[in-house]
Amino acid sequence: MRLIQTDEIGKVVYDSLMEINFVLPNDVKEKIINQIEIENSARGKNILSMIKENYLLSEAKRIPLCQDTGMAVIFLDIGQGVLLEGDYIEDVINRNVAKAYLDGYLRKSIVDSPLTRKNTNNNTPAIVHYNIVPGDDVKISIAIKGFGSENMSRMVLLKPSDGLEGVLDFVVDTVKKAGPNPCPPMILGVGIGGTIEKAALMAKHALLRELDSVNEDEEARIIEETLMERINSLNIGPMGMGGITTALGVHVEMFPTHIAGLPVVVNINCHSSRHKEIIL
Amino acid sequence: MIRKISTPLKEEEIVLLEAGDEVLLSGYIYTARDAAHKKLLQLIDEGKDLPFDVNGQVIFYVGPTPNKPGEVIGSAGPTTSYRMDEMTLPLLKLGLKGTIGKGKRSEDIKNYMNEYKAVYFIAIGGIGALISNSIKESEIIAFEELGTEAIRKLYVEDMPLYIGIDSYGNDIYSEVL
Repeated sequence: MRLIQTDEIGKVVYDSLMEINFVLPNDVKEKIINQIEIENSARGKNILSMIKENYLLSEAKRIPLCQDTGMAVIFLDIGQGVLLEGDYIEDVINRNVAKAYLDGYLRKSIVDSPLTRKNTNNNTPAIVHYNIVPGDDVKISIAIKGFGSENMSRMVLLKPSDGLEGVLDFVVDTVKKAGPNPCPPMILGVGIGGTIEKAALMAKHALLRELDSVNEDEEARIIEETLMERINSLNIGPMGMGGITTALGVHVEMFPTHIAGLPVVVNINCHSSRHKEIIL
Repeated sequence: MIRKISTPLKEEEIVLLEAGDEVLLSGYIYTARDAAHKKLLQLIDEGKDLPFDVNGQVIFYVGPTPNKPGEVIGSAGPTTSYRMDEMTLPLLKLGLKGTIGKGKRSEDIKNYMNEYKAVYFIAIGGIGALISNSIKESEIIAFEELGTEAIRKLYVEDMPLYIGIDSYGNDIYSEVL
């Protein structure tokens, strides 16, 4: 049994938010630099250069990378051997989210009700997903999700007979329909299988994976490669103004499903893919 | 060639702009996004005056991050424009000449741009730090209770934009998508 204070997790949340709003992950930076070299559209190249200029300026002057500082989405993988001590974990997380959004001069984008829409003025609540995993570590994965790209995400419940081609067509069609709106070059998280909420969770979780990391599942890896190729041939390009850089990454997660179903969720992230993982 | 233009926009300048052109915009512009548009339209419906004279002006679809002490504004890039598509016509009727946002707009908007001789500017999304460099003054002039969605009067210098839809209804995205 290992004791972990919920305040320790809260501090990780605070520190991470104060970092990821201003500093892009290295894999994203490297990918942008690489695409500036190989992008064949002049406009696309110019836009990618502006994206680079933006992350340099953001980091140097601590101006948020994007004005949409997002909704905080947190995955907590809690080892079965861990005992959490202190105030209730979700209260601690929300307290730290609120403090970071105040201290960091970050935008408060959360409304209390999806219908009456009064701003909570502290960017809470965060979305928190808990998983119990083997071991005695706690892994905190934190992302800030902008809604320009969230709004372009889609879900479908295909028929089993639609098969692989049905899945591929749906993902490509989602990207086509989204066009310039989600701020391409985008990153795609694709959840295939399970139930509707399982597919959505896998799609969101897939966005956290490192770009260019190789999927351990052979079937998923081939789907990723096929999708990358088809999507980057659409000529959507940076901000939809043409070019070969439409997706920076496609990440697929799969799960067993029912004999009658084939759920698919495509979660889109913008080029400003702000996230971080910490293991306690 | 990158063309320099300034607000208030004049029709003889607007008609020279073509979809795909790069421009640098200077002058006063106004911010408004979802919630502020709803309020503006309500005022129009009630026959009341708007917080600013829309005639010849440009609206920037943005909800900036708060400014740090001593700074003009925080991060300030465009939000996606289609959400304002159905709230744009009443403003064009009052003489609005430009909107700044990102992403696709409806067929109706293309027709209105032609009919009312207005333009849709595209700012690059996700580079709000860089765009904030071109904003020199910022003042909340209405709906302060909306926080980030309040209407601000901004003074911008050489704000980098593309012409998304020109005053003939041509759309930059129709070439590529």
